[in-house]
Amino acid sequence: MARLGLVINPVAGLGGAMARKGSDEPDIAARARAEGRAPLAPLRADRALTAFRQACTAEVLAGPQVPEGTRPVGPGDLTQTAEDTHAAVAAMQGEVDLILFAGGDGTARDICAANDGGIPILGIPCGVKMHSGVFARSPERAGQLAAGFLNDARRRTEMVEILDLDEAARRAGRLSARLYTVARTPLDGQGARQNPKAGNTDMVGEVDAALAAYVAGMREDTVYVLGPGATMMALKDRLGGGSLLGVDLAEGGLITARDLDETALMTRMVGRPVRIVLTVVGGQGFVLGRGNQQISARVLRAAGLPPIDVICGPDKLAALTPSELTIDTGDPGLDAELAGYWPVMTGPGRKQVMRVVA
Amino acid sequence: MTAPIKDYLKQSKGFHSAKWSEPVVMEMTGTGRRGVVFEDAPAPALPGKAARKTAPALPEVTEHDALRHYLHLSQMCLGMMGVSLFGTCTMKYNPRIGERATLEHLKNLHPLQEAETLQGVLELYDNFSDFLCEVSGMDQFVFQAGGGADAAYTHACVTRAYHASRGELQQRDQIITTIQTHPCSPATANTAGFEVITLSLEENGYPSIDQLKSVVGPRTAALMVNNPDDMGIYNPDIKEWVRIVHEAGGLCFYDHANFNGVMSRLRARELGFDACMYMLHKTFGAPKGGGGPAVGAYGCAEHLVPFLPAPVVVKEGDSYKLDEDRPQSIGRVREFWGNAPQVMKAYAWARAMGAEGLREAADISVLSNNYMDWRLGQAKGVRRSNPGIDAPRMEMTRHSVEQVTADTGCTVFEISNRMTDFGIDALWLSHEPWLVAEPFTPEAGELWSKEDIDYWIDVLEHVIGEAYADAELVKTAPHNGPIKALTSALDDPAVWATTWRAYERKHLKKMAAE
Repeated sequence: MARLGLVINPVAGLGGAMARKGSDEPDIAARARAEGRAPLAPLRADRALTAFRQACTAEVLAGPQVPEGTRPVGPGDLTQTAEDTHAAVAAMQGEVDLILFAGGDGTARDICAANDGGIPILGIPCGVKMHSGVFARSPERAGQLAAGFLNDARRRTEMVEILDLDEAARRAGRLSARLYTVARTPLDGQGARQNPKAGNTDMVGEVDAALAAYVAGMREDTVYVLGPGATMMALKDRLGGGSLLGVDLAEGGLITARDLDETALMTRMVGRPVRIVLTVVGGQGFVLGRGNQQISARVLRAAGLPPIDVICGPDKLAALTPSELTIDTGDPGLDAELAGYWPVMTGPGRKQVMRVVA
Repeated sequence: MTAPIKDYLKQSKGFHSAKWSEPVVMEMTGTGRRGVVFEDAPAPALPGKAARKTAPALPEVTEHDALRHYLHLSQMCLGMMGVSLFGTCTMKYNPRIGERATLEHLKNLHPLQEAETLQGVLELYDNFSDFLCEVSGMDQFVFQAGGGADAAYTHACVTRAYHASRGELQQRDQIITTIQTHPCSPATANTAGFEVITLSLEENGYPSIDQLKSVVGPRTAALMVNNPDDMGIYNPDIKEWVRIVHEAGGLCFYDHANFNGVMSRLRARELGFDACMYMLHKTFGAPKGGGGPAVGAYGCAEHLVPFLPAPVVVKEGDSYKLDEDRPQSIGRVREFWGNAPQVMKAYAWARAMGAEGLREAADISVLSNNYMDWRLGQAKGVRRSNPGIDAPRMEMTRHSVEQVTADTGCTVFEISNRMTDFGIDALWLSHEPWLVAEPFTPEAGELWSKEDIDYWIDVLEHVIGEAYADAELVKTAPHNGPIKALTSALDDPAVWATTWRAYERKHLKKMAAE
């Protein structure tokens, strides 16, 4: 009888809305508690577990967090560190057929470090950084993919890369992914997992003329919220220079604030016409919810769901499998509202329509 | 259909091109040899500085030397004479009688002659327009455009003129196309000043109606699409697409580059399209290749006829004239009336085929492609584009050797090079954008026999087998051609030379040593 292992990293994702570029800093949980931020991962794990149970009856072994209806595994006394993850994964060796985990790139690295038996792993996307190839595109899809894998006697897997970004470097504005290891993950023919080609070259040259046209069309009375990424960096350069990995503001043709967090964004947008300008995360197809969590559901709603302009080179769009963009604002209602077809600026006088899904 | 090449792969060592040790013609100078010697040729009287001080460096060869030299060169670079399933190009036999006919009937004519002395060729233009109107349901065809892209450009200009005539050009600044439509549609739309909105493919292999609806509106000037595209999947919603665009006030253009599989099976006008384009140098049996003369026959419905490029051949009573007086015309897209010899060859081909012949050719091309598709489906490491879609493919489909490349490191370029060692012409790979990795796109049309298709696929399978057994053999191909694949020479400006003078300048030492 197939069994599922479930590992939840409660800290995962906390650093996103705090503009910390990740949650690897040891005191992140304490600081999040001080700011009144609730852990996100357990809720997202619940969503995945619900989807899983709709399609599969396999027993679920869980640790260090033990959701309702699962069997505890690993030590009971917790250290509140990565050691808990290590101990749970070690205890799952030989006991489960798939490890489903709720976390980000850091959690994926921790799991791989303890996964001596090479059990296939699959990620419920909860982190700030999710560049590794193991993450499903949504908690629901993670649950469905896990169920499909355990229901299929063939248990087909493929090797994917486990990447992580140096958070200190990322906070300093340098985007450098590092390959940590490879892992087995369920073979996915339907594009339920994120595309693992993170770190694709931004086709800045291709879209440079589009950026010039965009700048020429910018309005004086509007606040522009500019997301992170190399394409956005090229746009920010045309406006006096901004941050590579942060969310910046432009007003009157100039960058007026850099690397804002959710709260600062809310304050600066009040009562003004707003446009959000974003690019696509290379190889993943995310426009909202990866690396730009500051532009949160709260921010978008407070600004009255402002127009969102996406600028991205055609090569980057062509590399997406399936050919669609993904949003994950953390608010399924808003995601559904925003989903549909978005025109993406790919060059001067060129737009490509992309399906946007949650 | 061609005659079979029987057990070619088993019985012969394959193909080997001619390989002459042929010098560059400039190296044949200094011999004092001559072709024709004009004893009493007068020395030209030139003003002081115009006269050169030294004689020009010309090759010195006899007439026979010149003929032999260029014959050798042609033997070493003659292509397109093996089995050529050159996709998206609808390779056809070009009947030699077409060459004879154009020589006999066109070589003594000039387009600036008085129309009454051109009645034969004008009648041919008018008849062929009628023929294509019957095939497409349109009301008038013109043959001025010098190729498919020129015909697409014609449509972009007609779109501009049409909306301008209605006072809506400022408002209608967008042309909608799809990502697998030939890149000439977006390119010419941009050139004509429109913003291009490109729709992406979805699960069925074409964009959904919802996606189209998300962009159609008061800014829509036109829809420009191929159908089927190079993936061979026919969009069954196309009639609804046309209705949606028309409802919003836009025009619809059908790029019929891939007409071969649907000849006599559908009419663009009956699907609602306002205009369409055929390539006479592909679908209609006129020669193609070498970037030489081509014709994009552009046809449209009555409401667009006033905007057509002038002159248009019109019949008045029993005679034909060239109507230049067309105040709403977009003007010329090409000199005179386009490539008249191509029009004549295509007309001869079309008349010889007739309606029945067109239908049979269309059916054979679909049958051949599906046979090819079935066989390629069994080839190791070969995968069809849109693998998850079981919709039938029409006259061609794109395939991929991505798996072979992943397993062996041999790319589709190298596999194509190796296939030439067996008398297979280089593969057609893909149009922009390259959505399929390591792509190739074969198209059998109605010309190639089952045996030729089998041979072609046998060679592909053989080469893939070689890639797995001895990748180096494939990577260093061709082995039976006149020269090896060039690697670095073309990357270094200090080395390459495209003229003799550049060669002399860059390779002085080497020449001195010789």
